[in-house]
Amino acid sequence: MQTYYNPEDLKKFGNISEFQKELADKFFSYYSSVFAEGALTAREKSLIALAVSHTVQCPYCIDAYTSDTLEKGCSEAEMMEAVHVAAAIRGGASLVHGVQMMNKAKELSM
Amino acid sequence: MKSLKASGHQLANVDVQLQSLQSEVADTLQLPLFHQKLQAAGLFPLSIVEPSVFQVNLGKMCNQVCRHCHVDAGPDRKEIMTRETMQACLNALAQTDIQTVDLTGGAPEMNPDFRWFVEEVRKLGRKVMVRCNLTIIVANPKYHDLPEFFRLHEVEVVSSLPFYNADKTDRQRGKGVFEDSVRALRMLNAVGYGQPDSGLLLNLVYNPNGAFLPGSQESLKRQFKRVLQDEFSIQFNDLYAITNVPISRFLDYLISSGNYDGYMEKLVNAFNPVAAAGVMCRNTLSISWDGFIYDCDFNQMLDLKVASPVQHVNNFDLNALNQRSVVINQHCYGCTAGAGSSCGGTTA
Ligand code: SF4
Ligand code: SF4
Repeated sequence: MQTYYNPEDLKKFGNISEFQKELADKFFSYYSSVFAEGALTAREKSLIALAVSHTVQCPYCIDAYTSDTLEKGCSEAEMMEAVHVAAAIRGGASLVHGVQMMNKAKELSM
Repeated sequence: MKSLKASGHQLANVDVQLQSLQSEVADTLQLPLFHQKLQAAGLFPLSIVEPSVFQVNLGKMCNQVCRHCHVDAGPDRKEIMTRETMQACLNALAQTDIQTVDLTGGAPEMNPDFRWFVEEVRKLGRKVMVRCNLTIIVANPKYHDLPEFFRLHEVEVVSSLPFYNADKTDRQRGKGVFEDSVRALRMLNAVGYGQPDSGLLLNLVYNPNGAFLPGSQESLKRQFKRVLQDEFSIQFNDLYAITNVPISRFLDYLISSGNYDGYMEKLVNAFNPVAAAGVMCRNTLSISWDGFIYDCDFNQMLDLKVASPVQHVNNFDLNALNQRSVVINQHCYGCTAGAGSSCGGTTA
């Protein structure tokens, strides 16, 4: 069956350098610096990445950061709470626009 | 749950395991075999150094039946070392300068001659390490004084605790294991284990709860320290992160859960020459319950005896054994992935 997303493609991520090496190299080097231990631990960064993966709804990222958070010893509760943070921000971002809707509705109404 | 052997599972046959691993790597995944990877890294044949660890497997009997167990241990396994074979181990040990005797199983404490053996090893002036599964300490009143016995003989305790919560631990090691482990850890702490300056070492072993590799040992240790201290008031010294080696019950889990291809591919692709150079078999002698000699406990479970004319403690000869190279196979990828894995944690 043909699908737009193929789990095997995740392993080929590095191949993006075939079409443009310099930018790919810069991206991957930047990427690994971002995820290194820093002011935030690599573990914390992995949980953030898991949450963001759900926000951008990228199946590759979701697979990759599910494995990565498991490897980093995160509990399933921590992982799901990270997803809820993403969901809360997304939900909140919709809902907070309700204020705009209310403003407009009030402006247009008697 | 029964052992693979007691349930008549085909993976209880080591030839089936070895064949499956070989065809998985070479045919299914079309990846290099382990010796080819070693060759490319300039490490084949895998040479040994003077042994510094004498590991003795006191038997396959265990009070637990963990899902990932590479020994296929359990209450239904009756193979345990006799006092006579223990004596042969002591005679062998006395011919060497090996300072560390590492006792494993099964649950080594279930062997009726366990305490006698520890005392005899101590008389030879060697250090004893015991791979204690923790729950054995609370399994029966006759084991409640184990912490005190360990303290008396300055035994280093190395204990599996795959996670800092009950849910994940119990899924791997059985219902109620986390709670019992916490009780046992508190008993060990109470006699001084894991306490600063007591000199009584309590090290924990983390292994992944499924088909993934362990993350950074340092970071896992920090996390375990924080949670075990804050939530359970438990102290320990070090944490060893160990990779699950794809044999026995873990192999069964990989196959039955559909994770075999993905896991083996991960292991092979994560091959690290530095970890390969540091594998534990290079400085270990591993003795089985029936006195045969192996390069490591994994080879022991696959019945891959040392490549030497000396294969049994009854005719132990260190000089002859030191001429050998390590017997390797596809399961060895479990020791060389990422930061590497050994009974003492990462190797790279
Ligand atoms: S992993 Fe250890 S505690 Fe668990 S069944 Fe095997 S020998 Fe027993
Ligand atoms: S499985 Fe045993 S022989 Fe193979 S690399 Fe690991 S320690 Fe060495």
